Amino acid sequence: MTKPVVNLEAVAAAGQADTLRFLTCGSVDDGKSTLIGRLLFDSQLLMEDQLAELESDSKKHGTAGDAIDFALLVDGLEAEREQGITIDVAYRFFATPRRRFIVADTPGHEQYTRNMATGASTADMAVLLVDATKGVLTQTRRHAVIASLLGIRQALLAVNKMDLVGFDEARFNAIVDDFQDFAKDLGFAQVQVVPISARDGDNVSGPSDRTSWYDGPTILSHLETVPVADAALAAPFRLPVQWVCRPDRTFRGFAGTIAGGAVEVGQKVVVAASGRGSQVTGLYIGSDPVGQAGAGHSVMLTLADEIDVSRGDMLVAPDARPEMTDQFAAHLIWMAGDPLLPGRQYQLKTATRTVSVQVSELKYRLDVDSMEHNAAKVLEMNEVGFANLSTAEPIALDAYDRNRETGGFILIDRFTNETVAAGMVAFSLRRASNIHWQALDVNRVVRAGQKHQKPSVLWFTGLSGSGKSTIANIVEKKLFARGRHTYTLDGDNVRHGLNRDLGFTDADRVENIRRVAEAARLMADAGLIVLVSFISPFRSERRLARDLMEEGEFMEIFIDTPIEVCRERDPKGLYAKAIAGEISNFTGIDSPYETPELAEVHIDTTSLSAEQAAEAVIAYLEKTGRLSGA
Amino acid sequence: MSERLSHLDRLEAESLHIIREVAAECRNPVMLYSIGKDSSVMLHLAVKAFHPAPPPFPLMHVDTTWKFRDMYAFRDRMAAEAGMDLIVHVNPDGIAAGINPFDHGANHTRIMKTEGLKQALEKYNFDAAFGGARRDEEKSRAKERVFSFRSASHAWDPKNQRPELWRLYNTRVNERQSMRVFPLSNWTELDIWAYILREKIDIVPLYFADLRPVVERDGQLIMVDDDRMRLDPGETPEQRRVRFRTLGCYPLTGAIESSAITLEEIVAEMIAARTSERGGRLIDRESASSMERKKREGYF
Repeated sequence: MTKPVVNLEAVAAAGQADTLRFLTCGSVDDGKSTLIGRLLFDSQLLMEDQLAELESDSKKHGTAGDAIDFALLVDGLEAEREQGITIDVAYRFFATPRRRFIVADTPGHEQYTRNMATGASTADMAVLLVDATKGVLTQTRRHAVIASLLGIRQALLAVNKMDLVGFDEARFNAIVDDFQDFAKDLGFAQVQVVPISARDGDNVSGPSDRTSWYDGPTILSHLETVPVADAALAAPFRLPVQWVCRPDRTFRGFAGTIAGGAVEVGQKVVVAASGRGSQVTGLYIGSDPVGQAGAGHSVMLTLADEIDVSRGDMLVAPDARPEMTDQFAAHLIWMAGDPLLPGRQYQLKTATRTVSVQVSELKYRLDVDSMEHNAAKVLEMNEVGFANLSTAEPIALDAYDRNRETGGFILIDRFTNETVAAGMVAFSLRRASNIHWQALDVNRVVRAGQKHQKPSVLWFTGLSGSGKSTIANIVEKKLFARGRHTYTLDGDNVRHGLNRDLGFTDADRVENIRRVAEAARLMADAGLIVLVSFISPFRSERRLARDLMEEGEFMEIFIDTPIEVCRERDPKGLYAKAIAGEISNFTGIDSPYETPELAEVHIDTTSLSAEQAAEAVIAYLEKTGRLSGA
Repeated sequence: MSERLSHLDRLEAESLHIIREVAAECRNPVMLYSIGKDSSVMLHLAVKAFHPAPPPFPLMHVDTTWKFRDMYAFRDRMAAEAGMDLIVHVNPDGIAAGINPFDHGANHTRIMKTEGLKQALEKYNFDAAFGGARRDEEKSRAKERVFSFRSASHAWDPKNQRPELWRLYNTRVNERQSMRVFPLSNWTELDIWAYILREKIDIVPLYFADLRPVVERDGQLIMVDDDRMRLDPGETPEQRRVRFRTLGCYPLTGAIESSAITLEEIVAEMIAARTSERGGRLIDRESASSMERKKREGYF
């Protein structure tokens, strides 16, 4: 067995040692936590009080009878110990004289797949566990696919619980064949297979005398010797600028973590977005000047020229630049309870840059069992999809298989602020530099001026039957009477034409609003005052519409009528049908309405007549100067 | 062609990245400073991350008034050397109620540290606070993210943590939420010492062995640091050659007998030790899940 570090030279050596980051994954009860507990135990890293606690916990919650239950070492949360399962990814650390190890122990339950992706994103290697009595399961395949998608090229298949199948070689080979057959298309450079019993320690850190037919490495000896090529080091130079340091007029430093390649003093670099170039004049880690530094180092560098560089920019090798793009295709792993809706806006963070993004097209959902591509309108939690994305501004990106740091991104929900997806860039769809907007001499300012008005979008939102259309209609008449140029986009009318192909699912509702918002934007661009009368139940889409317009142009008008009143009025008999179950996804009945939080005008129809409500809208327009000439 | 980073270089680079990310994205961050060795390493990394400028956030010590005298002197000197503002917060309610470690045990920690920390974060309206916790310290820590979110009441929800991928940290907080950020998450105790050795980082003299007045209590050696220490009948302080592996309130922190007077000797002793680090802190002994519960209540 490998001895732990015991002397001071070994401490210095440990600091200098290589690190292997790996994750363990597999299905529920395959014994992941037990394997890691066993590795910690065998490398003698347990302290006396931890051992005492482990023994007492084993008696209380253990699943190994009177023996020590190693899984309890790593199942850290109260609920985990009580239920005997792993909920969240846990990080563990151990060392041998040859290597330091950081282990991400990730949960097997399907609902925690997102945590497995988290562990895989920083791992060099995946240890996949299979229960010898059960063979390769859906979760095993799912985890192998996710490990592969996240760029892991080294895999170790540990066939566990061999003691329960009598250390049968044929059983082992059958499982290995089954896995290899599936994994051959996953791009692993190497798949090492080891028969083990994590509970008893067979082939974990020492060879087993119960598997005489096996002459390969133990888990630990493979972990100690597996070659880990650092792809980032071989990639072209990338430094996403994290922080600009200006302590005084004489120093201007750019700090960040090198995401690819290496840099040295004297080297030429360019800013990816602007193409402006300069030369590296100084390179520092803390106060120490260094001649050169490679991927993974956090550095501060200075440049010869005063070029414009700020956080979010990327300094890159002039002869191997990343794509500057605003449209690209990527794999997505969806991680949130609310599904991915194409057309909805999210925030995208890659390297040190955050921009608005929408999924313009969901190409397919990946069935991880069959590897088939299935058509899909939405992506649910823990599903993997392939999609086209469109950002509000061009960003510097590499393909993920070339660089994990500059090709990986997360999506963030704009309202809950949760991280909702992990993304891996496949390829750029077009280069932003190829897009040239037509610079028209007749522009929105000129068009609005001709009409002597300020273009505006009055967005009426509220439940079906709340009185939106009635009030919008009166407002339009009043504006027309004042000589204003107006147009009304009404939910029902648009659904007969422009949006005839859309239904009432959440995904279709989002697309419905997106099209209407785009149409309203074009009309505002033409100089019109646009009245939009749509239920528009989701905050995100109303926000999307707002963001499409110029500052101050968009006004949200909340027609606030209690659902009981709407149901009572029921001008089109729709509530009756919805309650009878004849129509589904009806807002307020079986589909939610998200109340506006920041509406410019809030109309309470229980206290105002339609005429008074319209007057209130006009009064608001006058107060804010929207009705004065352009 | 550059080589792969060594283990310590990798840890250092990761921590620098995390510290800068907070400075760049958070509205009003603060670095909590507890004066211990982990805090010393964290402060050293903060200085490195922004050199030649000083770190763009203050240091804050949530004080219980019961720290060792050596710690206070060391704290003031280190803040000045780093060129950072030092905020010291003491829970005034705790002082008014006469809370002390002798009569109130774990409640002393809860009121002076946990409640004191919440008060201070609210008083200064900090949205992010760096802490020096490591994942190898304790089982529930092993499951905590680098960026750990707290509700308006400072509670931690272990089952609802954001996934953390690559080096991409989502720093967006909801109204009234705040963040704890742990740049030393992936360091082990051994790494901390190896780094202190490599970088020659200053630490409080209490980590080195010396003759100190101690009494033996519940199997722990407690130092009599000032005349507030209450002695039980029959207890007489005796001079013993001791040092501390971890530092806290002196009446609650156990010393170990040792003759280690150099960093090298401390590290050698640490490796040979068979008792894990937090065992020296009385507060953790109360129950197996005590840390997780404390964290849910808002303990750092």
